Amino acid sequence: MASAPRTATAADSSAQPSGAGRAEQAAIDASARGPVLLFLVSALGWLLIASGLTLISSIQLHSPTFLADCAWLTYGRSQAAGLNAAIYGWGFNASFVLVFWLMARLSQAALRVPSVLIVAGLFWNVGVTLGVGGILAGDSTSVPWLEIPTYAAPLLFVAYALIGAWAIVTFSSGRSGRIFASQWYLLAALFWFPWLYSVAQVVLFLEPARGTSQSVVAAWYAHGVSSLWFTAIALAAIYYFLPKITGKVVRHYDLAALGFWTFLMFSAFAGTASLVGSPVPAWTTAAGVGSSLFLIVPVIIIGLNHFPTLAAGAAALKQSTSLRFILVGMISFTVSTLTWIVTSLQSIAVTTQFTLVGSAQTQAVLYGVFSMVAFGAIYFLAPRLAQREWPSLALIGAHFWASTAGLILCVAGLLLGGLAQGAALNNPEVSFSAIAGTISPYLFVNSLGVILLAIGHLAFAVNVVRLVLQTVLCSAPAADLFREAPSLEAAR
Amino acid sequence: MNRFSLIFLGIFAIAALSWSSLVFSNQRAYGAITAHYDENEGKAFPQPIPGLAQRGKLVYQDLGCAACHTQQVRRPGFGADQGRGWGERQSVARDYLYEGRVLLGAMRLGPDLRNVGARQADPVWHLQHLYDPTLVNADSAMPAYRFLFETRQIIGQPSAKALTLPASHAPQAGYEVVPTERAQALAYYLANLNDAYAYPETNNVYVEAASTEGEQK
Repeated sequence: MASAPRTATAADSSAQPSGAGRAEQAAIDASARGPVLLFLVSALGWLLIASGLTLISSIQLHSPTFLADCAWLTYGRSQAAGLNAAIYGWGFNASFVLVFWLMARLSQAALRVPSVLIVAGLFWNVGVTLGVGGILAGDSTSVPWLEIPTYAAPLLFVAYALIGAWAIVTFSSGRSGRIFASQWYLLAALFWFPWLYSVAQVVLFLEPARGTSQSVVAAWYAHGVSSLWFTAIALAAIYYFLPKITGKVVRHYDLAALGFWTFLMFSAFAGTASLVGSPVPAWTTAAGVGSSLFLIVPVIIIGLNHFPTLAAGAAALKQSTSLRFILVGMISFTVSTLTWIVTSLQSIAVTTQFTLVGSAQTQAVLYGVFSMVAFGAIYFLAPRLAQREWPSLALIGAHFWASTAGLILCVAGLLLGGLAQGAALNNPEVSFSAIAGTISPYLFVNSLGVILLAIGHLAFAVNVVRLVLQTVLCSAPAADLFREAPSLEAAR
Repeated sequence: MNRFSLIFLGIFAIAALSWSSLVFSNQRAYGAITAHYDENEGKAFPQPIPGLAQRGKLVYQDLGCAACHTQQVRRPGFGADQGRGWGERQSVARDYLYEGRVLLGAMRLGPDLRNVGARQADPVWHLQHLYDPTLVNADSAMPAYRFLFETRQIIGQPSAKALTLPASHAPQAGYEVVPTERAQALAYYLANLNDAYAYPETNNVYVEAASTEGEQK
């Protein structure tokens, strides 16, 4: 990695293409248009579904009678369905948007046979629909982050295998000699997820492991997907868009490789820190806690890459909403990783374990880091794919402020509520009814945050739907989109 | 493409290392855990889980009970698990040996349930609690699970399984509230959740924990 280009920026390979370059860029973008738009529209649909389910479960937290008589929406199911719709529906579809856009652009490669990706994308979404529907119907596995019933898992796995393979093919067919930091993170994510998913499916469901070694695998999986898929893809996008939008080179780029390898290494082991105090081998949790502490190294290095670069081009913040979303993602990455490190310390974990602090952590990573960066990226790339402007700038502004305010309310409410809850739990004199009373105001704040997020998502949805409709109905790209249908049937 | 191979090898090595140490070696280690045969009692522990309890566990899983309840008692000195009366000893790996799906849980919006059978051994209590938690605890924050029960007209003899409800919760005259099979299985499962047996390793943990005032060594 020592040969990493010193002054590389994402702009190298694709900014300001002139003449033939521009035409080539347009061809590359055009090849990605069909699949990326499919993933984008699916992601949007799941985002709205996840918002609705999460709103239901967050209201149930402070008002337990809400929809309690409806078996399909009892808290245990609405919460799991909302989480899985957010992870596999919104999160993965949005990830695929980012992966293909970034891979095609950075590798300077057109997507080959995009219809295969469209078929794979449809299979993925059928799998998620079956999975989320299955959870609501009562087939949940009850393993956190893996609640999707086992009958939907093969669909997800096969669809992912195609999508992942296509991303690697795009990467290796590229003509760009350089491998930029974004691509390291993308490659890591593309390789880690199928590994995590297949091991988890086999060890937890097909050939269940003995006893609590299952819990070790579940913790390894959940943290793996959270950091080595979602966070890695967000970091890949930040490394690409930051220099691209600000027009500045990535500062301290020599350190980026070290940041990448330490992030990968310590994230791979950090997950079991959440099992401290559980009936699992002590060395397993010790390894998790130790690795979590070392995560401070990549946090510092990645921060040194990102924040000075942004500071150098801060003027761009005024014009670019994308950059503002990405800034929130950068801050969330630093804050959420630091919270993870601190709460993995035994003296802190004794209070925060098994409390809402865990939910705050999940929200900070899934929403604060990943979703915010994904929104920023989508605001940048969708107009280039559709070859037209966003219909409403006001809606983009509304989305940004609603999402940022909602994120702060959710994370602050859950974090502070979790600390109060943990302190009360450790005092045997305080009854559970009393604890419920203590945390109830915090949970109201969280619900308020969830409502704000949902408002932001509606603004986002209106813009995306209008953009896509204009593209489909009004011009040449429309013909491209409709032409996919017959080839899609043939592929089946 | 050389750099690509290097990056890919690095990613692969880290994945393999993390899998082999966290997943594979633990599976090997757990393979060595066996049931403990107690000569005085003439039985091996943990005891096999009865079929009805297994079915009840499926209901527990289906309703997502683990979203609010853990099933693990932490060691003395780490949290107030014993102080809250959740178990006389901490949970150990052997307790979960026969469980097809281990649901340790990660959230305590409600109490730990690992030994709930030691506190409430009567399935009828659990049925009442599931039908309406405020029947047994006026301030309970748990949602009711009425959909696990059937309110039906009494034809002939009333059902022996019908819930005895106070006037405030009773159905209209001539009707009764009967638990479904799912409710009965779940209540049986909960009433039998109890790790009563003290394995040798739990005794060791106890002595050590007591001698160091609950601090970790």
